[in-house]
Amino acid sequence: MSGARVDARGAATRGRTAEPRVGAAPSRLTRTIILSVVGLVFAIPIVAMIQFTFRDGLSGSYTLGHWTGLADPAVNTKYAPLVTALGNSGVLVVVTVLLVLVLLLPTMVLVELRFPRLRRVLEFVCIVPITVPAIVLVVGLVPVYSVVVKVAGSSIWSLGFAYGVTVLPYAYRAIQANLGTVDVITLSEAARSLGAGWATVLFRVILPNLRRGMLAAAFISVAVVLGEFTIASLLNRVNLQTALVLISKSDPYVAVIFSLLALGFAFVLLLLIGRLSTVGAGRTHRPRRPSDAGNVALPVAAGSLSPATVVLPAAVLPAPGAVPPVPAAERANR
Amino acid sequence: MTKKLAVLGLTPFALYILLFLAIPSALAITTGFFDKAGAFTLDNVGALFSPQILQTFLSSFWVSGVTAVIGAVVGALVCYALLGTRPDGTLRSTVNSAASVLAQFGGVMLAFAFIATIGVQGVITVWLKDAGLDIYGNGVWLYQVPGLLLPYLYFQVPLMVITFMPALEGLKPQWAEANSSLGGSRFTYWVRIAGPILLPSFLGSLLLLFANAFSSYATAAALISQGSQIVPLQIRSALISETVLGRANMAGALAFGMIVVMVVLMFGYSLLQSRTARWQR
Repeated sequence: MSGARVDARGAATRGRTAEPRVGAAPSRLTRTIILSVVGLVFAIPIVAMIQFTFRDGLSGSYTLGHWTGLADPAVNTKYAPLVTALGNSGVLVVVTVLLVLVLLLPTMVLVELRFPRLRRVLEFVCIVPITVPAIVLVVGLVPVYSVVVKVAGSSIWSLGFAYGVTVLPYAYRAIQANLGTVDVITLSEAARSLGAGWATVLFRVILPNLRRGMLAAAFISVAVVLGEFTIASLLNRVNLQTALVLISKSDPYVAVIFSLLALGFAFVLLLLIGRLSTVGAGRTHRPRRPSDAGNVALPVAAGSLSPATVVLPAAVLPAPGAVPPVPAAERANR
Repeated sequence: MTKKLAVLGLTPFALYILLFLAIPSALAITTGFFDKAGAFTLDNVGALFSPQILQTFLSSFWVSGVTAVIGAVVGALVCYALLGTRPDGTLRSTVNSAASVLAQFGGVMLAFAFIATIGVQGVITVWLKDAGLDIYGNGVWLYQVPGLLLPYLYFQVPLMVITFMPALEGLKPQWAEANSSLGGSRFTYWVRIAGPILLPSFLGSLLLLFANAFSSYATAAALISQGSQIVPLQIRSALISETVLGRANMAGALAFGMIVVMVVLMFGYSLLQSRTARWQR
């Protein structure tokens, strides 16, 4: 009896034995075919972009000129607006990350410690920006920003307030995934009973435990802000993406080169988030609340939301009352 | 820390949410119900049912529907191909990272990629032309609504991989063993066991993909610089020119229409999610 079961399971996991396969897994051949076909098709546009940057006009020959031209002072006046835009996007990144770390993070910790009943409310609020996509939100932001401009002037940093809202779902998930694995109540009670003040509790006990979540939230915010187009373009602000559109009309090569660079940067950021979520995932102890556990290893998925296209990541979505995509018990057992 | 002080600690965030999420959302939804003078009117919302606007909603539904279905099927195939590989192995983590990045890769840069690929002078276009096949024989469709399909699929498939993989991972090996020890084949396993269990999750992901394409603006805006073929682009023209159907506040009415669709989709999604959850305990 038990011998047969072991065999069956062995075949299922190996998936390449000659014996009839039992489990759900595909054969090695099927897997290779599916993954390589999809992989190839998805590589084409990226390769095409790279090839495009080496084209010499329509002549059909290739040149390094578009890349070397980046360093040429005679040419680079052409993309001066792009440099300004990069600066703007940099400012926006800083403002947005600050909003996440100074506004969202302390609120989440406070709710966790003192207002556990508000957890659902906070989660709901942070997930609203998914149901209200940027293109809808911007309709309401137009009148709001006409006031903001009067109060704060028209400099670029105030746009960061809008971006703080767009990154809310991702930042929330990234921090919550970390917060769920740390028993902040016990930690803070322990620290308090040893005589620590609230500032010590926050800065020396709780925040160091949330470092992973904070980093992941910051990175995903950077990726989202760098890719944001909708709000900036419809509020007539200049950021990296709106400048790319503008410059693509005069010099498409520079636009594509900068797109590739931005893409590469975002790729590295998201890979780092992936690293952050796997490093240390092994030593996280069994979480208190099962509902948080499912997302422990998922900040990568949380990173999926496209800045501009509003791609909805799995990890961000479970509505209040819904459950996370991965069963808590399953994860904890692994 | 007294309770009062703690409540005070919540106020900055609450204020921020009020100013930059609650008020804009409320404005976006309600402005459509007022005319230029600020008087209540149902004209704008009624105009949503004019043939011109209905057509853009239909186009939006068409693009979202087609890319959601194809994206869901291809994405599910990729998830299936990943079954049986080690969850922490190189293959799985590479595909995971790639999917996260590509699902992010929307908007302007995606439009550039497709112009370089299947634009008039794109790599594939030229290549096919040399092979004797002119994909633009009947006119250039990349900058029209059908041109959105391929770029949208480029972020839909990775999104499906991200959202559907957890459900497939939730299939317990014991179910397959039970099936086989009771004499079932792999066919019965997929049709009678895994299929029904995965269905709610698959449909949920499908809704999510639909919502994702429906609310996506930047890719379309970068590809289609003129006109208002889909709802988000119609909002753009309404915001820029205020001449859509000659009405003020039409952007508000369109935003209201989009929100209604999004709320229905998200409600369906959360229903299907809780149904999925039954098998994931």
